[in-house]
Amino acid sequence: MSTLYVTATEQRRKKRAYIVIAALSSLIIISFMISMNTGYIRLSPLDVLKTLFGGGTEKQELILFDFRLPRIVISVLIGAGFAVSGAIIQGLSRNPLADPGLLGINAGASLAVVLFISFYPATERGSIFLMPFLALLGAALTALLIFAFSYKRSHGLMPTRMILVGIAFAAGISATIQILQIRLDPNQFQFIAVWMAGNIWGTNWKFVLALLPWLLFILPFVFYKAKVLDALNLGDQLAAGLGAQVNKERAWLLAAAVGLAGSCVAVGGGIGFVGLIAPHVARRLVGPQHQALLPASALTGGLLVLVADTLGRWIIQPDGIPTGIVVAVIGAPYFLYLLSRSK
Amino acid sequence: MSAPMKSKAPSAPKLRTRPFTASLILIGGISALVLSLALSISVGAANISLSTVGEAVFRFNPDLTDHLVIKELRMPRAIAGALVGAAFAVAGAVMQGMTRNPLADSSLLGINAGAGLMLAVCFAFFPGLSYLKLMFMSFGGAAIGLGLVYGIGSLAKGGLTPVRITLAGAAVGALLVALAEGIAIYFRVGQDLAFWYAGGIAGTKWLQIQVIAPWIIGALLAAAVISRSITLLSLGDDVAAGLGQRTGLVKAAGVVIVLLLAGAAVSAVGSVGFAGLIIPHIARFLVGVDYRWIIPCSAVLGSLLMVFADIGARMVNPPAETPIGMIIAVIGVPFFLYLITRMRGE
Repeated sequence: MSTLYVTATEQRRKKRAYIVIAALSSLIIISFMISMNTGYIRLSPLDVLKTLFGGGTEKQELILFDFRLPRIVISVLIGAGFAVSGAIIQGLSRNPLADPGLLGINAGASLAVVLFISFYPATERGSIFLMPFLALLGAALTALLIFAFSYKRSHGLMPTRMILVGIAFAAGISATIQILQIRLDPNQFQFIAVWMAGNIWGTNWKFVLALLPWLLFILPFVFYKAKVLDALNLGDQLAAGLGAQVNKERAWLLAAAVGLAGSCVAVGGGIGFVGLIAPHVARRLVGPQHQALLPASALTGGLLVLVADTLGRWIIQPDGIPTGIVVAVIGAPYFLYLLSRSK
Repeated sequence: MSAPMKSKAPSAPKLRTRPFTASLILIGGISALVLSLALSISVGAANISLSTVGEAVFRFNPDLTDHLVIKELRMPRAIAGALVGAAFAVAGAVMQGMTRNPLADSSLLGINAGAGLMLAVCFAFFPGLSYLKLMFMSFGGAAIGLGLVYGIGSLAKGGLTPVRITLAGAAVGALLVALAEGIAIYFRVGQDLAFWYAGGIAGTKWLQIQVIAPWIIGALLAAAVISRSITLLSLGDDVAAGLGQRTGLVKAAGVVIVLLLAGAAVSAVGSVGFAGLIIPHIARFLVGVDYRWIIPCSAVLGSLLMVFADIGARMVNPPAETPIGMIIAVIGVPFFLYLITRMRGE
């Protein structure tokens, strides 16, 4: 009797997850079309379709394939990467406030960029391409330090301790950034402010190629580990009872979260807020089971950043508003609305 | 860490406390605070001997430059440091107790973000406001931030749960910070704001202390009064209600206290948020989980940290001031890391 009931709810939940995932995917496709039309130079939807299938003028092809398309792809990838990273960290730490920023990733990446800007002017063309690597390096170094401080041979990696260590590191690093920032000249300061607010500046296929391997490799791995995340979410003892090798699995999943967020922060700056709210939104849509939650988070995150980036380009032309700001301005109210409706 | 054994409720729960250590901290801390205040008054661009400091306090002579420097520059600064440090630390302690979240501090209630947004608005649209007006505006911003968090948090059917407040706070905070960043970038006032935030308590005048001191002291006393109820809340709403607490009332009082403390402190010196996060952890580590001890100890330790950090701010690179947030991070982060690695695995 009870097993029957369980399978019935299970099926209903699965159906719901499929519907949500289908709906999110179609929304991404719609936003993709709108985003292709948005920008300084207007193209009609028909022109966009024509160009996509190879029938556009040279100018239209240049705009779409060399400027807009890479940016759109990057937006979706960054959103998905941050969101899944956040979902992992929230699942592991069982703390609803956890997000990739807590691993010190945003702070470490920002520090690397601020240090670089303090010594080299940002306007030089070459340095723009150097920065993602510096950011990734800063993020990885910080994450390693945080790991080292939250690891104990007898316990493995301890999630609560990791969050506290992460906060401590983030505070120390932001204080350092604060000092460096005051000494910058106003133009450099402005550049850093925009970068830290989260701006997608890699509008180039090279950045897509730099980002894609990470996501192609890590995302399937994480999806594959969804059941493990469910088990870990029950608490260490229960997870161990269910046969999960708690310490090893946790270390791997954390490494995956760092890899995802680190590569995303390198290209997108501090859009970390996606990593906090996308998993929450997804959880309210499909429930807490990671098999549905992880893909739903990825899609929610991708959609949010894509919409935010499109809006940011549309509102103030041609400069645009940093995407991270738009993400917070549209993401936070929706999140609050969901929060006020939940029981 | 802050929410031990829910299961033992509702018979009076046993708490791990160390009243002896706590009394020691209070007595030792207060004496250290008096000493550090004297030290803070005596060191600076011009060093003034401690005996002169004593003379200036007890037999003030307006004709002596040293006495004037002490009375008009050094004393307000030292006192502001002590007040603000205690305010941030106790606000953080009350927040962590009420929300049962070790990551909570006053910035989670939208206070710092609200104050920051209001400052950005003032810098962008009303440049040249007086210091006092800026202070009032940023306190207003803090209140708006808090009002948003609580308004939205309590719209939900189940009412205000700690998790919901924390999440609403994080989202409202992110929203307000994003708006402030947008204004700062668009109107190019970011660096002015950064200067304001880094300025700390350097330019504090008696006037500001007269404005904030009554509120901070009153709120500190109120926090001490409700500290027992906060201990019970920190064990869970059910436990607290089972033991006869009117949880709604206590939480409302706690929120008002946090607003007064953190709002006044943020508007006077900007966001030195890390102090509010680490000091309660340190206090809890030292004296156990009873907020009747955590709150006074947090106040004393917070004051000490802020006064020492301010001394450091003047001494590191004289005559230039080093941002006090940096000093606090430099002192606080290693100590915090040390505490964390000493903690038993959780």
